Amino acid sequence: MRPPSHASRPPTLRLVVAGLAALALTACTAGKEAAPALGAQPEPSGSASLPPATLELWHGFSTPAETKAFEDAIAAFTRKFPQIKVTAKKGVQDDQITQAVRSGKAPDVAASFTTDNVAQWCKSGAFQDLAPVIRQDGIDLSVLPAASRSYTEFAGKRCTMPLLADAYGLYYNKDLMQGHEPPKTLSELTELTKKLTVRDADGTIKVAGFIPSFQYYENSPSHLGTMVGAKWYNDDGTSAIGSDPAWKQLLTWQKELVDWYGYDNLEKFRKGLGDEWSAEHPFFKGKVAMILDGEWRNAMIANDPEAKDMDYGTAPLPVADDKPELYGSGFTAGTVIGVPRGAKHPQHAWELVKHLTTDTDSLVTLSNSLRNVPTTKAAMEHPRLVKDANFQTFLDIFAHPGTSTLPANVNSVFNQEAFSAFLVSWEKGAVSDLDAGLKSVDKRIDDKWKLSGG
Amino acid sequence: MASHVRAAPPRWRRGEGLRALLWLSPWLTGFTIFFAYPLASTVYFSFHRYDLFTLEFVGLDNYRYLFDDERVWLSARNTLWLVVFMVPAQVVFALALAQLVTRLKAGVGLFRTIFYLPSLVPLVAGTVAFVFLMNPATGPWNQLLALFGVTGPDWFGDPAWAKPSLTLLAMWGVGNLMVIFLAALLDVPRHLYEAAALDGAGPWRQFRSVTLPMISPVLMFSAITGVIYALQYFTQAMIASRVASGATDSAGTSFLPGYPDGALLTLPQHLFQTGFRDWSMGYASVLALMLFATSMVFTLILLRQFRRAEELT
Repeated sequence: MRPPSHASRPPTLRLVVAGLAALALTACTAGKEAAPALGAQPEPSGSASLPPATLELWHGFSTPAETKAFEDAIAAFTRKFPQIKVTAKKGVQDDQITQAVRSGKAPDVAASFTTDNVAQWCKSGAFQDLAPVIRQDGIDLSVLPAASRSYTEFAGKRCTMPLLADAYGLYYNKDLMQGHEPPKTLSELTELTKKLTVRDADGTIKVAGFIPSFQYYENSPSHLGTMVGAKWYNDDGTSAIGSDPAWKQLLTWQKELVDWYGYDNLEKFRKGLGDEWSAEHPFFKGKVAMILDGEWRNAMIANDPEAKDMDYGTAPLPVADDKPELYGSGFTAGTVIGVPRGAKHPQHAWELVKHLTTDTDSLVTLSNSLRNVPTTKAAMEHPRLVKDANFQTFLDIFAHPGTSTLPANVNSVFNQEAFSAFLVSWEKGAVSDLDAGLKSVDKRIDDKWKLSGG
Repeated sequence: MASHVRAAPPRWRRGEGLRALLWLSPWLTGFTIFFAYPLASTVYFSFHRYDLFTLEFVGLDNYRYLFDDERVWLSARNTLWLVVFMVPAQVVFALALAQLVTRLKAGVGLFRTIFYLPSLVPLVAGTVAFVFLMNPATGPWNQLLALFGVTGPDWFGDPAWAKPSLTLLAMWGVGNLMVIFLAALLDVPRHLYEAAALDGAGPWRQFRSVTLPMISPVLMFSAITGVIYALQYFTQAMIASRVASGATDSAGTSFLPGYPDGALLTLPQHLFQTGFRDWSMGYASVLALMLFATSMVFTLILLRQFRRAEELT
């Protein structure tokens, strides 16, 4: 009897096995399909000779006003390149971009509100290196401030460009300031805070001069660290938090002010404040005389029916008494934009990125609509840029040579959290040895850095 | 002797094995795709540095890092706290509510609905509402306590109170469990209570000797699912932390998971943070395996305990 041939057997098992194998292979190879690389062609880009194409652009803007402003900027690009159509997808988060790149379904252009993932995107190759096309097109990156150049690249790879920037400074309510000028040093800030704070007999805070808590809205260590010129990382990528005396200086000053309020009083006051993004913001409601905030607060105040009549001013953040040269600088970061790996039309995509990030008209239009800081010097000095004294403060902070950013790092989120967790313990009084505490933060960051292959 | 003759194992006819496989194939496919393959991948990735794009073999480095990672032990302690306190609190409270409903003479439907309704509230909305209600400065809960001269704590802002506050939230939403217990209680034959009463058993004795043994399978189900749920506890802790901290997501700021002071950082949150925020998929795989092993250990312990209790009764 002839043994049954494989062909005569029911094919179910083999089909199942084959199906699973195919699935496994598909899963293993997802996102690894070769896509055209940016800068492959020798000819300089920028000519109208690019063939017709439809670009997909993902961005995080979501409100109707933001979306319209961004689409207006894109419309200016399509007028310049009529053969290129751009389809924009709004409200996209970083996770979605990363997943799309992995699965080989990356958009042609992607923008992110945060700079936290720039290092990972550059290191992993999720975003393409723009250096070759920047060189091809002869773009001079010195038109961007050093801080903006810093947060858009990592380890020599420029995989994103700054679209618009945020700069941070001091807002003060003139009615609550009782005729005082904004403080320029930390001592003046302490003194003024004590003068302007209104408390009940039992210590309950009615009006705070300045809230020193690291847990208050924008009071992150990266924003406040610029007041003392504190450094996050050493040149070799390890943590500098425990070794840079500036952090100790900032924390000592901050704790003294927290203790003056009383931690429990301050926490009770902080927790009773309105939402940062609502009309109940304590600065709008006259509950805080001075706050650290970004330039966007100007637009929020102008758009709030009640707060718009508030008499307020803006100034650079006060700085350490022994570092007066820092006055005028601040923290900056902002929206980044780039060409992900696997973009179907990388050269077209680069033209769009170049237009949105270096075209003066486009930047001025976007800045006027969104009230963020334009990133190039030409745009900042352009006569069409709408600016009053309060907005000008942030343009000056952004352009200041001492202005700094949180340097790109593959563990950026982790490092900020590690430090913030320590700061919460510190301000509530749970840390007895500050030096040892800061060293422990170093250890956490460095251990993770090592795990990440640093 | 016939008793020494061992029955021959049934012989499979040609094609039967394949037919069995055919019938099993839907389950086998699902098991392979949704369990075996992900589990094998997790083990594989746990020996690698994997940032979602590049893969590099690192041996046991990810496992060694477990001992350097303070947050993993903090999150494990928090998760264990939820297993030990929150799960029993939910089970006892749901059982008490179900008992109450079975004893009501009037308004059964109304109370059953009132107790059940919170479980229909979306997790995020319920958690946000709880944090707002329990806000120490503006929340009505503490204002109500103040009427009785009690100074309410900073529920979600004080590390000592944060997990108990989440437990209150969990107890508020035990409607589903209450309905299951209600069905189990109503299923206990009435004559058993009558017989126990004739033997002089009071309500507590009846509960211990009649009710508990009769509903023990349901208790075991609720305990095992409760423990697994607690080990996967994520949404409420994450939302409560975020809302209570007033955290923001602007440039240069970062939400600190587990606020206050790490008290609400659960193991699944730490795993998510490690994998999807820090891009450390290799180490996140180690955490996932740790969570899987813990779930298995708890489940086995509970099964053994219930089996022993069944044997005793």
